[in-house]
Amino acid sequence: MIHSAGAGHPGGSLSAIDLLVALYGNKLRFDVENPDWEDRDRFVMSKGHASPAVYSVLYEFGFISEDDMMSFRKMGSVCQGHVDMKWTDGVDFSAGSLGMGLSFGLGCALAARMDSSDRDIWVMVGDGEIQEGQFWEAAMAADFHSAGRLNLIVDRNRIQNDDFVESQMEVGNVASKLSSFGWEVMEIDGHSMEEIVSALEWSSTNISAPTAIVAHTTKGKGVSFMENNPSFHGKAPNDEELEISLEELS
Amino acid sequence: MSAPSGGGASRDGYGSALLRMSDDSRVVVLEADLGKSTKSCHFREAYPDRTISLGIAEQNMILVASGMASSGKIPFASTFAIFTERGFEQVRNGVARPGLVVHLCGSHGGVHTGTDGSSAQSIEDLALYRTIPGMTVMHPCDDLSAEELTVQLLNHENPSYTRTARNKTPRMYDQETSKNLRIGKGSILRNGDDVAIISCGVMVSESMKAADYLSSNGIEATVVDMHTIKPLDTGMIDELASKCKGIVTAEDHSVIGGLGAAVAEHISYSGGVPLRMVGVSDRFGESGTPQELMEIMGMTYMDIVSSCESLMS
Repeated sequence: MIHSAGAGHPGGSLSAIDLLVALYGNKLRFDVENPDWEDRDRFVMSKGHASPAVYSVLYEFGFISEDDMMSFRKMGSVCQGHVDMKWTDGVDFSAGSLGMGLSFGLGCALAARMDSSDRDIWVMVGDGEIQEGQFWEAAMAADFHSAGRLNLIVDRNRIQNDDFVESQMEVGNVASKLSSFGWEVMEIDGHSMEEIVSALEWSSTNISAPTAIVAHTTKGKGVSFMENNPSFHGKAPNDEELEISLEELS
Repeated sequence: MSAPSGGGASRDGYGSALLRMSDDSRVVVLEADLGKSTKSCHFREAYPDRTISLGIAEQNMILVASGMASSGKIPFASTFAIFTERGFEQVRNGVARPGLVVHLCGSHGGVHTGTDGSSAQSIEDLALYRTIPGMTVMHPCDDLSAEELTVQLLNHENPSYTRTARNKTPRMYDQETSKNLRIGKGSILRNGDDVAIISCGVMVSESMKAADYLSSNGIEATVVDMHTIKPLDTGMIDELASKCKGIVTAEDHSVIGGLGAAVAEHISYSGGVPLRMVGVSDRFGESGTPQELMEIMGMTYMDIVSSCESLMS
């Protein structure tokens, strides 16, 4: 998809994909025949540049076709560069500007509570993204409003656009920071399916407070030359790199 | 139409409108610690369960509103006009781009806000929101028109920004005449064939005073309350351009990008008619009474008169 588009974000897609597969396969309540079903769970992909990961999952679950997926970033495609609810069935948020998704998810959670609905709201953010002040405004508000059905996943892959997070502006102990904001927090290995599944279950059943899963991941997971390599935050693989990537991932 | 007596601040009309819409359970109100000022506080008192307090955090408020809109609610979020601007990109990317119908109200707009000084006097909000595709932008002139236009947002299909004012101004409408207002349609308050004054907000009453003065000197002016800056009532502007010798715009806003600029953009395409703009001339305000500020900014009714006379000569 990214190779065909000649642009995109492979690193943060590969760090998030295990989490997304588990979420869609095991937890998220949706109806592919009725993507706008009012009582579906919501998934807010705040790190919208990792759209290839989302589109891959939407393809696997039947929301979009292979042709849709391969038209990624091309004119008229339902697969826009960053995930966009206006363009794609099964997408609940228009991302692309970091730091906004948790606020949007909080709005969804408050509306659900007013409607006495038990729908869960899931939000995924990147660790570089939480440098945005708005994220912490939302974190504080979620605690104040006891948004128990708001579930956050932090993709802690330690790399952002320009370089490693620790060199740009280290975000430190994310779990303890969220905890001090009143959140229930669990830290996991974001590539251990067993830990992911168990954490998603813990998060969805804990409705007394907003919950966060801090998932320690590897940027570019599964492709040797992309792993932990800031160069592949936002760069498409060339022909040779694509071949190696597909071989290693298979 | 003669100006009814009495007066009201447009922010009071916003507060009344929220209460009038309360029967619709989709209506939710969001605040950022300024509900007592924007007047959403009355809704909060009556419907605390449908009022969301988000503290002094405007960016978050705008996206919370957007999330609620995506879930079937009709959110009305308010703060000072100037502080909505902190969330401009949130409105652009999180509200208008996905086409989510959030209604944002910025109170205390313009230098008329007065003694709080320049930090509180938004003079660029109308220009900012006018640039966003699909946004409706309004600036009513009194409490009753603000109430009526806000209530009409209940069935409006676009996100909107409404600027209200802090201080009372003379009422241009009564309970009956305000019902004739429609979003997107200019309201003619007075007819005259010599010159047209197109105004919004607190400058509408100044425009009426200017028209009275001009009339006593033999110049008859049409006065329009152009409460909706976007979509602009271009049909009305075309009619005025064809019958009058010129147009004067009057707004408590920068002349860069506001009502005057919107009118100028239109008439530059449509054939042209002489235009003068009364408004804030690319400068910040300062502390002072509304009247003092209008005087130093060149925004009194006599400044409108001078602009009209210059067109006639």
